[in-house]
Amino acid sequence: MIRLGALAVGLLFVINVLWGAIAPREDAAPDMAKQLHKHPKHMEWAHNGPGNIGILGTFDRAQLQRGFQVYKEVCSACHSINRVAFRDLADLGFNEAQIKAIAAEYEVAAIDSAGEPTTRKATPADKFPLVYANEAAARAAQNGAYPPDLSLMTKARHDGTNYVYSLLTGYSDDIPKGWVKPDTSYYNPYFHSINIAMPPPLAADGQVTYADGTPGTVDQYAKDVATFLTWTAEPKLENRKETGVAAILFLIVMTFLGYLSYRKVWADIKKPA
Amino acid sequence: MSFPWAKQYQPTSAVGKWMDERLPLPRFIFGALGPGYPTPKNLNAFYNFGVLAGVALVIQIITGVVLAMHFAADTRVAFDSVEHIMRDVNGGWMIRYMHAVGASFFFGVVYIHIFRGLYYGSYKPPREMIWMLGLVIFLLMMATAFMGYVLVWGQMSFWGAQVITGLFSAFPVVGTYIQTLLLGGFSPDNATLNRFFSLHYLLPFVIFGVIVLHVWALHIPGSNNPTGLDVKTEADTVPFHPYYTAKDFVGLGIYLIVFSAFVFFMPNSLGEPDNYIPANPLSTPAHIVPEWYFWPFYAILRAFTTDFLGVPAKLWGVLAMFASILLLFLLPWLDQSPVRSNNYRPVSRLLFWVFVAVGLLLGVCGGKPAEEPWVRLSQILTAYYFAHFLIILPIVSKLEKTKPLPGSISEAVLGKYGKAGGAPIAQPAE
Repeated sequence: MIRLGALAVGLLFVINVLWGAIAPREDAAPDMAKQLHKHPKHMEWAHNGPGNIGILGTFDRAQLQRGFQVYKEVCSACHSINRVAFRDLADLGFNEAQIKAIAAEYEVAAIDSAGEPTTRKATPADKFPLVYANEAAARAAQNGAYPPDLSLMTKARHDGTNYVYSLLTGYSDDIPKGWVKPDTSYYNPYFHSINIAMPPPLAADGQVTYADGTPGTVDQYAKDVATFLTWTAEPKLENRKETGVAAILFLIVMTFLGYLSYRKVWADIKKPA
Repeated sequence: MSFPWAKQYQPTSAVGKWMDERLPLPRFIFGALGPGYPTPKNLNAFYNFGVLAGVALVIQIITGVVLAMHFAADTRVAFDSVEHIMRDVNGGWMIRYMHAVGASFFFGVVYIHIFRGLYYGSYKPPREMIWMLGLVIFLLMMATAFMGYVLVWGQMSFWGAQVITGLFSAFPVVGTYIQTLLLGGFSPDNATLNRFFSLHYLLPFVIFGVIVLHVWALHIPGSNNPTGLDVKTEADTVPFHPYYTAKDFVGLGIYLIVFSAFVFFMPNSLGEPDNYIPANPLSTPAHIVPEWYFWPFYAILRAFTTDFLGVPAKLWGVLAMFASILLLFLLPWLDQSPVRSNNYRPVSRLLFWVFVAVGLLLGVCGGKPAEEPWVRLSQILTAYYFAHFLIILPIVSKLEKTKPLPGSISEAVLGKYGKAGGAPIAQPAE
């Protein structure tokens, strides 16, 4: 009885779904954006460690500081990093006095002694303030576009670090035939919808002057800021990998000892007589 | 408990004796996981995954309890509180990555455990109840994992909640009422987040309770084994402790190494990047996909694209998705073969591997956007999924000519170690 019922139900589902499979369907309209879209370029990163495979690897402190400089001088005009606190900058190799000085460059909301809203200079305990008070204000100022917060950007996109680098260096004036681009947008095949409202932020070599003598090229800026944004998204990356190496070494030793005792315990059972 | 030669607990100390007369907890452990549980001596590494699933649950509960100390179930701050855990809580990043990766590993381990049961016929009499309780655990896990994923309140959390609760709206008359009840409103919002948090904290303990029943039921007939033969004599078994505690410990070590590799070196590789974008009810992601462990069922859900017998395609998809799991409850009665292990069932063994391939391919289809060729492929695979259990297996198990079975577990094992004749082995000292 169960089996007859099962047979009936089974036939119902099978015929139903196969009927759907043979049903003719319209060809999907060719999606040009999908054809033009490119996967991020694969780059080597210091924080990916030997072989670029992600095990081991630490951030290049000088590169993080350069990336922070690029962020501050270029990106921060429109994009916030609101999940990062000024105190976190110690990870980049800044000392306490430097962090205080950097924080003091920013104004954050406060309440004065009369209870009225005012602003004060930021302290190391504050987070980087928002650039725009809210999304509506951002869109009003940016021609309808919304510059997202960058704190988590490299984790919020597939292959994020490579994505940021590719996007920043991926602008092109060579627009394929048949592709429609509004005048307010720019062509960038690494962006999911190809047309991006953000103008090329890194426009020319020399745009940012590095104090450490690193050549100021667009390619270098993009690498540095992509590294910086990898840190903003995953500030505990180095800690995580160090812990991982220690944990796995411990587990290998533990498992090996466990294996030896397993062999000993089972010796009398497994012995081929 | 299960065999007359099972060792009996003998308290050796005065304290042990005192305890044994009042609350025989040590006696219980001794019989359940200790020397008092005779276990077939030929269990292979796949029999380790039940214990591993238990460990995975314990890891989820411990990390989850700590996360709940720092998480705030309010739509305005839920996402921020998760980032607070990642950035400001001491070791918070590790706890959270263990919990997120741990969910994936729990499912991975349980899938292997289920397929082990399918291959060796562990669902067949007298173990039907173990199998069905296992399926209850699996269903509870799915509900728990889904609700936990929503708590992050990222884009995929929000839209996943929208899509999954929306499934219930396919049912006529009561559908929208059920959806509203699940969400606590008409779309995912603070009421949804709060009730999901409450249930996400509750269900793991329900799972724990059902696991107790699952293991209890297991101890009645004892463990199945790769030959599928019943235990006949003491020579077929070894005491669980120290033999399987030692073996499972090695498996646990290997599991923790692989788990740690994911937690520490690629913690986000199993998740969707979209969930690092805070939930935005006004912006729908291009592709709404669940986590990988739901992909096969998501593929079945989307495979029904045509109305049939006056029932809309969407409802068919929902019915099929639920049926794809519920039909497994009938498996002990659908498979009629008197032989348990697929080692001795050549046709069933082939079908098993076909089913594994179909399941994996369904998973691939479920992770892809609903476009050709994936839709048509998932339709063909879905047809096989249902045909496999409901049509092919009942017939094949009836007609199949099985291979000759060894006389006993010991005989099978001795064959493996190249020794003929039945010299006494593994006689534990009395």
